[in-house]
Amino acid sequence: MCELSNSLRRIFAMMLRHYFVLRGSWPRLIELAYWPTMQMVIWGFMTKFLATNSSWVAQAFGVLLAGVLLWDTLFRGQIGFALSFLEEMWARNLGNLFVSPLRPYEHLISMMVMSMIRTLIGVLPAAFLAILFYHYSIFSLGLPLVAFFFNLMMLSWGVGMVVIALILRFGLGAENAAWFVIFLIAPVSAVYYPVEVLPTWLQYVSWSLPSTYVFEGMRSILFTGQFSTSLFFGALGLNVAYLAVGAAIYFYAFHRARERGALLQVGE
Amino acid sequence: MPDSIIEVRNLTKRFGTVTAVDGISFSVARGSTVALLGGNGAGKTTTISMLLGLLLPSEGEVKVLGCDMQRHRRGALSRLNFSSPYVDLPHRLTVAENLKVYGMLYGLADLAGRIEALAADLHLRDLLQRPVGRLSAGQKTRVALAKALLNRPEVLLLDEPTASLDPDTADWVRSYLETYRRANGAAILLASHNMGEVERLCDQVLMMRRGRIVDRGTPGELLTRFGRQNLEEVFLDIARERRMPATPYPHAAPTSTTEESIECASSPIRCGASSQ
Repeated sequence: MCELSNSLRRIFAMMLRHYFVLRGSWPRLIELAYWPTMQMVIWGFMTKFLATNSSWVAQAFGVLLAGVLLWDTLFRGQIGFALSFLEEMWARNLGNLFVSPLRPYEHLISMMVMSMIRTLIGVLPAAFLAILFYHYSIFSLGLPLVAFFFNLMMLSWGVGMVVIALILRFGLGAENAAWFVIFLIAPVSAVYYPVEVLPTWLQYVSWSLPSTYVFEGMRSILFTGQFSTSLFFGALGLNVAYLAVGAAIYFYAFHRARERGALLQVGE
Repeated sequence: MPDSIIEVRNLTKRFGTVTAVDGISFSVARGSTVALLGGNGAGKTTTISMLLGLLLPSEGEVKVLGCDMQRHRRGALSRLNFSSPYVDLPHRLTVAENLKVYGMLYGLADLAGRIEALAADLHLRDLLQRPVGRLSAGQKTRVALAKALLNRPEVLLLDEPTASLDPDTADWVRSYLETYRRANGAAILLASHNMGEVERLCDQVLMMRRGRIVDRGTPGELLTRFGRQNLEEVFLDIARERRMPATPYPHAAPTSTTEESIECASSPIRCGASSQ
């Protein structure tokens, strides 16, 4: 019990560290919401256009807007996770952190929570503006939206762990990976179109990604009003596997960083 | 040594084909201050990194406060601390915010009181609300020291603790470290290029060159052994391999240094001016 409360205190300390950064930087807060809002505005107009020119979009007005907002959830989640780590590298603070009683898994948990907070700061304004501008509310998805959100966050953490493992291995020269790695899965995640659009062999790849189950699940609700539990559990099962693999890669990279002395040397 | 708070046995670190630290052994007793001296690249920072558990040794063993720092360092981490020019505190956070975050990581009971006391001790009160990134180099050094003392460590590892400080502030920091050690019975291991600092603060000196400890002793013993007036001259003798101690340290690791020195002593013509 005592160890648990100590652990929670250290996780909270790390969250406080990032809160202090965000609190003191309005441009950062605005930047968090800027891109999701821009995406939403562009895809909102696209939706209005297609709603009158495409029977598919006309059947479910919000299919593109829901896609863009959920994709941004995944993207912002991953980048928010990686940014928390990059902040420590830019500040040359990793040495201080890992000589303190902070444990690597506590550090990971704090980054997960921070990524969730950053994502909500980024995506919620866009979601509310979509109601204002286009009379479309993603909240109309109801409770399944929570399931989609957590599944996408889990995937973002798994990918984020691989990204920071790469940065630990290759240093800040690999920091751009934080911005582009997630886009590798964008074409095959069926964000804006159904999986059947993809060539057959690529559909196998697509179904190996938790994100595909989320976006197919989203379309299932929008077109049929049905929440597919099989798609939900498919995403959840794959996410558990992705998280386990991501964590294994991260801890291996951390161990290698201790062998190479990278924890004391990284920085700008 | 039963009162050893740091025990290092045959510690070796290789990076590929380069041996940065080569089989060193030493121990540090509770309540003592030990200096690691050596030129750039001698292996001081690598040694300190291994003592902290940030760097895994290739061979050998490090125990701090009885904990194997390679495998079970958790038990020691809340009881030790460090400062190094190779790490920084987050620049966007104020001094107070940084100390608060680290105080929570170390689980301090009266955090506000501890920050207040350290701010008073280290003359940081006027800096508490300033972002670390806007401090001068000397101010940052004092803040780093405050972070290093936050948890009242029993073991303090300091890499260049008075670098960037003006002579007055540096002198004051040395006094503070002496007082801290006496009051808390802490062990301090410091790497420094300031020989005056080492003579003043340290009970023992470990002289490193090319990853090896080539000599050791109290500052007085080293001065006597090398027949010099101050540690800077001893340092130069060792760094430039130009003179052997009048009485070699019996337990120093066999190194090329001692072999060359003996060679120079036996054949001064071949060694020429280097053995002056």
